Amino acid sequence: MTSTVKRLSSLVSRSRRQFLKSLVHTGVLIATLPYIKNAKAQAIPLLGGTEFDLTIAETKIVIAGIEKIATTINGTMPGPTLYWKEGDTVTLRVKNLLSEETSLHWHGIILPYQMDGAPQISFNGIAPGETFTYHFKVQQSGTYWYHSHSEMQEQTGLYGAIIIEPATIDAIQADRDYVVLLSDWTDEDPMTVFANLKKHSAYYNYNQPTVVDFFRDIAGEGVKSALEKRHMWNMMRMSRADLADISAATYRYLVNGHDSTDNWLGVFKPGERVRLRFINASAQTFFDVRIPGLALCVEQADGQNIEPVLVDEFRIGLAETYDVIVTPTQTAYTIFAQAMDRTGYVRGTLATHAGLSARVPEMDKPELLTMGDMMGAMNHDMAAMDHSAMTSEQMRQMGHDMADMRPVSVHHASTEFSASVDMRVDTPRTNLDDPGIGLRNNGRRVLTYADLHTVGGTLDARAPTRDMELHLTGNMERYTWSFDGVAYNESTPIHFRYGERLRVILVNDTMMTHPVHLHGMWSELETADGQFQVRKHTIVVQPAQRVSFLVTADALGRWPWHCHLFYHMHAGMFREVVVS
Amino acid sequence: MTAKPSLALFVTLTFIGLALGFTAISRADKGALHVTDTLSGHDHSRMQHDGILSLQPKAETRRFEQLTPSAIRPVPAVSAQERDPHAYSDGQDFSGLSKPMMGDGHVLAALIIDRLEAVNARDAFSLTYDWQAWFGGDYNRLVVRAEGEVDQGAFKGSRNELLWGHALTAFWDTQLGLRYDSGLGTDRVWGAFGLQGYAPYWVYIEATAYIGEQGRTAFRLEAEYDVLITQKLILQPRVEMNFYSDSDSSRLVSSGLSNIEAGLRLRYEIKREFAPYIGIEWANTFGSAADAIRAQGKKAEETRFVAGIHFWF
Repeated sequence: MTSTVKRLSSLVSRSRRQFLKSLVHTGVLIATLPYIKNAKAQAIPLLGGTEFDLTIAETKIVIAGIEKIATTINGTMPGPTLYWKEGDTVTLRVKNLLSEETSLHWHGIILPYQMDGAPQISFNGIAPGETFTYHFKVQQSGTYWYHSHSEMQEQTGLYGAIIIEPATIDAIQADRDYVVLLSDWTDEDPMTVFANLKKHSAYYNYNQPTVVDFFRDIAGEGVKSALEKRHMWNMMRMSRADLADISAATYRYLVNGHDSTDNWLGVFKPGERVRLRFINASAQTFFDVRIPGLALCVEQADGQNIEPVLVDEFRIGLAETYDVIVTPTQTAYTIFAQAMDRTGYVRGTLATHAGLSARVPEMDKPELLTMGDMMGAMNHDMAAMDHSAMTSEQMRQMGHDMADMRPVSVHHASTEFSASVDMRVDTPRTNLDDPGIGLRNNGRRVLTYADLHTVGGTLDARAPTRDMELHLTGNMERYTWSFDGVAYNESTPIHFRYGERLRVILVNDTMMTHPVHLHGMWSELETADGQFQVRKHTIVVQPAQRVSFLVTADALGRWPWHCHLFYHMHAGMFREVVVS
Repeated sequence: MTAKPSLALFVTLTFIGLALGFTAISRADKGALHVTDTLSGHDHSRMQHDGILSLQPKAETRRFEQLTPSAIRPVPAVSAQERDPHAYSDGQDFSGLSKPMMGDGHVLAALIIDRLEAVNARDAFSLTYDWQAWFGGDYNRLVVRAEGEVDQGAFKGSRNELLWGHALTAFWDTQLGLRYDSGLGTDRVWGAFGLQGYAPYWVYIEATAYIGEQGRTAFRLEAEYDVLITQKLILQPRVEMNFYSDSDSSRLVSSGLSNIEAGLRLRYEIKREFAPYIGIEWANTFGSAADAIRAQGKKAEETRFVAGIHFWF
């Protein structure tokens, strides 16, 4: 009996042997997860084996006791957790009962491009009433997820978790194993949300600076300082408060489809090693996750095992996954995931028994963006900082260790000098040790990309033969989002030469944090001085940051490459990549 | 009487000059963030190429130089060569499959009723409306603008504009089209060219120059600014000025600065899309139009109390 199965047995209320048997022989819904208290809330099924039948439809779901209509897979949101084994060939028959086209994309999975599930790029999509059969060999292991790549379905519920058991023994050992899938839900039509942002980009932002703040600053630091603090931002017409385009003004945040009042529960026995597979399946929300009272040992990122690192908190970008080991000894803990803009949160509970819960912490105060978030390496919003009050550890966390900062060249595209782009950064920062806005200097140990080291290093030690620089661009006022100032409709495909090793440089010419996902090939992030850092499928680029990663163009075909903020992707922050 | 028409002409020409200037600097404005232009001096080639100076405020530049420890200040190396964004395609095109439909291809429509208000002045009530509608994509839109006053059931001066709005820079749209005035006196048709958008400090501006029959010219400037008292309670100063080259007594229009309105409105956004407001406005009419008003036994200058709703969808 493998250790993976042992751990998974904690997911289901059956014996280990029965569980394995049902996984292997039926490949259908095998159990109800034990944490469901509310009779109306649906269990998230776990489907194993090699043959899967998935039906996509609009069905009723229940959030906080209220019925909603969601786009579901086999009737649940999230859809069933798919359990694959590395080396198996899986067959997934996806039936579309919607009145519009659908698709399923297997996020982070290495496969032939025709199986990637991006409509009009890798295939024709799944028309209403039709069934499409995905068939591919599973060549990797770890935690992944899947979601629709059609219409607005990612926002209305079409997502689920994928767990792939390694072909050999799992390096991450645990007694319990839970998927913790975070998402955001709106009762509004996503097209309305998009139109609202187009018409009034601050539509959902109720944390904007007011004259009350202005007078408070005057009282605290004088008129001159208060004016100076605002001058640059007002001249540039950039908002310091634009942390997330969409807030809890419309969103309700969910753990495994449950909001805070539903309080998702994961049961453990004191002293057990519990593996939590965090997945951010939300449309537009970065989450900052912590479990007060527990150190989080991060052992996997984007399905790839990393050298374990102990933290108190981590920010999970859209589409990222982090596998975390905790060893709880008390009776109850709160899993606390607050949205990056601090307008809302979702909590779940780890406890020894149903009915227990732990204190829910207060949300942190929202932090305004700094000059560094607008200008990169000119990274000194000194006016707003009190260095004397900071410890050296806090200084390190703030990413202000500028001694390592070296000049980087920046090449803006000609199309960035147009109405589609509201700012450009000429001096981007390149450090990876910044936890990001709202997490700097919070007194907790927060994961950064500098902490992630993939076990075993790179998959391809070749040096890159060329560099490709792309800029992340946008205009918040017009709510246009693009690469190089060119939205998808006006773009041409990007050509990767088959077999080449390529360095991609991303420069974030915006004040928003963008998770950039390249389909079909790994993105191997490097440090500012070109050392291998971590292998990921989704790379979060902070405001005014420059990152580079290496790609081996070994996957023939056509692949999407896009910002995984759903409304940015929809606005055109999207490219097609051709590998030939 | 020649002084005033030439003043209006001067204002109009100045404005057109400014508008053309904006066009010229659009490549330098470029969303107005170009920090290194003045910091590093490494970007002079582009500045020369544009032929104009960066909009980077000098005071800010100095502040950063003071604040940034010189020992660790990186030397940016912004390439003078702008990249071709299509260079990476190597001539590759999209596949035979139809391209996915993304939101950047969407056509949207909006109707923004900026002001719909009851106006009380000298114990008389009238109704003022000021709305704008648009239809189109991100960069090109059909824009309809209308403003006017209804007094005792009759339109008393209404301005209607049909414009092609084109996104010129990050924060500015050009507008080109027609204006039709009706309601009071002789109807007038004008050709319209203007700018609409946000000046630094988020000042909303509508500035439009008009050329009408018999060589008449006019210029209209409107500025609004939102002062957030709370997230939903918003104080909005608003100024509107109209200049004309020729007086038009039937329409109560005077040559030169014909009229000015300056108001303060306090609105509460019950929803983003729906905000009732109250306000006070000072209005003055000048020149021959003022004389005509006085001849009717009314005052050219008045203070008005307004109550209305701002809504959009």
